[in-house]
Amino acid sequence: MDPTPALIIRDLLKSYPAPSGGRTEVLRIPHFELQAGQQAAIRGESGLGKTTLMHIIAGILEADSGSVAVGGAELTGLSEARRDRFRAERLGYVFQTFNLLQGLSALENVMLGLAFGKGADREAAMAALDRVGLAGKAGHLPRQLSTGQQQRVAVARALANRPCLILADEPTGNLDAARGRKIIQLLRDSASALGSALLVASHDPEVLGSFDQVIDLADLNQVARHEEEV
Amino acid sequence: MLFLLIRRGLRQHLVSTAVAVLLVALGMGLVVSVFVVRAEAEQSFTRSASGFDAVLGARGSKLQLVLNGLFHQEASPGNITAEDYQQVKALPMVDRAIPIVVGDNFRGVRLVGVSDDFFQNLEYAPDHVYTVEPGGRPFQVGQKEAVVGSLAAHQLGWSIGTTFHPFHGLDYNPEAQHSEIFTVVGVLAPTNSPADRVIWVPLEGVQKLGGHDPAAFTDLSAVLIRFKPGAKAAGFMLDTRYNRQGKRLTLAWPVASILADLFAKFSWFESALQALAYMVAVVAGASVFSAVYSSMSARKRDLAILRALGAHRGFLIAAVLGESAGIGLLGCVLGFGLYAAIASTVQEILRTRIGVLLEPWAWNPVLVWGPLLMLGLSVLAGALPAWRAYRLSVAEGLSPLS
Repeated sequence: MDPTPALIIRDLLKSYPAPSGGRTEVLRIPHFELQAGQQAAIRGESGLGKTTLMHIIAGILEADSGSVAVGGAELTGLSEARRDRFRAERLGYVFQTFNLLQGLSALENVMLGLAFGKGADREAAMAALDRVGLAGKAGHLPRQLSTGQQQRVAVARALANRPCLILADEPTGNLDAARGRKIIQLLRDSASALGSALLVASHDPEVLGSFDQVIDLADLNQVARHEEEV
Repeated sequence: MLFLLIRRGLRQHLVSTAVAVLLVALGMGLVVSVFVVRAEAEQSFTRSASGFDAVLGARGSKLQLVLNGLFHQEASPGNITAEDYQQVKALPMVDRAIPIVVGDNFRGVRLVGVSDDFFQNLEYAPDHVYTVEPGGRPFQVGQKEAVVGSLAAHQLGWSIGTTFHPFHGLDYNPEAQHSEIFTVVGVLAPTNSPADRVIWVPLEGVQKLGGHDPAAFTDLSAVLIRFKPGAKAAGFMLDTRYNRQGKRLTLAWPVASILADLFAKFSWFESALQALAYMVAVVAGASVFSAVYSSMSARKRDLAILRALGAHRGFLIAAVLGESAGIGLLGCVLGFGLYAAIASTVQEILRTRIGVLLEPWAWNPVLVWGPLLMLGLSVLAGALPAWRAYRLSVAEGLSPLS
């Protein structure tokens, strides 16, 4: 196992402009680590900043200050273009709403997960689809697939570049309980098979119950803790 | 992957894409048609001067002489005498002088009386002489015989051996039929010139028809003149002799400049058509903008997903501009088709009504700048949507947040 942690967050601060002027802090995380290959869930109700945290880890949003290192590579301070490149090459991201491109087939959607990093590779994309059991639906458009199958395509897309860290933001939010369980199992098995770390953000007790390590965002995020205390 | 996304993006919004493509096609088709048809029409008219340098006729309009003598349109401004013809024919700088007489028709197809010189190695274009189709022969002087132009033969359904009674006047009047019977002895090989749409008969065939004035039996409508090669000053000399010093005759020379004057008379119409074509081009640009803008707005989430997957902002610009360029490109391809349809319609009208042959695919700069203009307009129309895509916030595009 790679001794380099999959994720290290230090003194992370994120705020947004407040409607009344000034800025509103949403995240203040002194320290968080996820080891290579480790799987963990972050618990948090809507509005607590789970997606903001995931976006910062993915390099989609920039932190005001602090440090985020993924797989040993420091993200903070990188230009947007380099963060884009890093995300394409080293990260996998599964969204609550699947976020598949409706005009592309399942295979083409998975190829998108490779296109901006290692380059669109039909065979690698097919292998990723095969891993989630959808090789037979490669040519189907998202609307021709069930919601569970759509999320499996999204998982295949996130796995296609063999990332060191997979982020999943409410991955079961749009699925029924049975399909949700299957997706979580698929994510966990796939991450284990690839040796990738997995960080799932959810408020679903069933999802959280399937992880040994569950971190409460209210504990991790000092802003949320302060608000709870108030 | 970029081309795949552009292709699928266009397909996803098929209706607005199709409307924009059609408008671009219309814009390009019109712009190219207006410019090419105008330029080609003038050139084909000049080409169709049937190898003659000048027309000598009665005092009057040079344009009328050219139209009547070479294009078989309009009426003759008057007659000239056989002596006038003999004089001009005898001039040393004149290579060929062909007298013609008009004034009769067959169901609207004009009869042109001409000397038999017409079939004697007379070039209507370099290396192309008037000939009769195999199986036929030129008419014999003094006989009621006719050689019919290829287009007229097709129009009338005539072939060798067909007989007909001509009608008096240039316009068809069923009440004014002559009693004489003419026989078709040959069909003129196609020349793609106005010669194809008339019936050629001997001079006296028209001059001496029943009902014509016996005092004018030897009069002519005009003389078609070709100067000897190298006789560059011939036109000036004859112009001085007939137009400046004389008062009885008119020499229509140079033919190209007289035709250019004719086209200049219609320049206002050409300008109006150009303005219309440009307006359609601008509307086409606006429709591309509308199509790409609405497509981009509807696919904001898709663009945010692409960014979340690692696509850099430049890729989004390329994708949006690619869509607008794709619309422009498809429109240009279709626009060439539309232009081909317009040009072939105009070509057919000019061929059958005037006898001149348009060459729609002859080189004209608008065949390059027309498509480039539409392509440029299309890409320009995609600039604002592309800028919006560039500035797209990924996090907002991917909302809702949890």
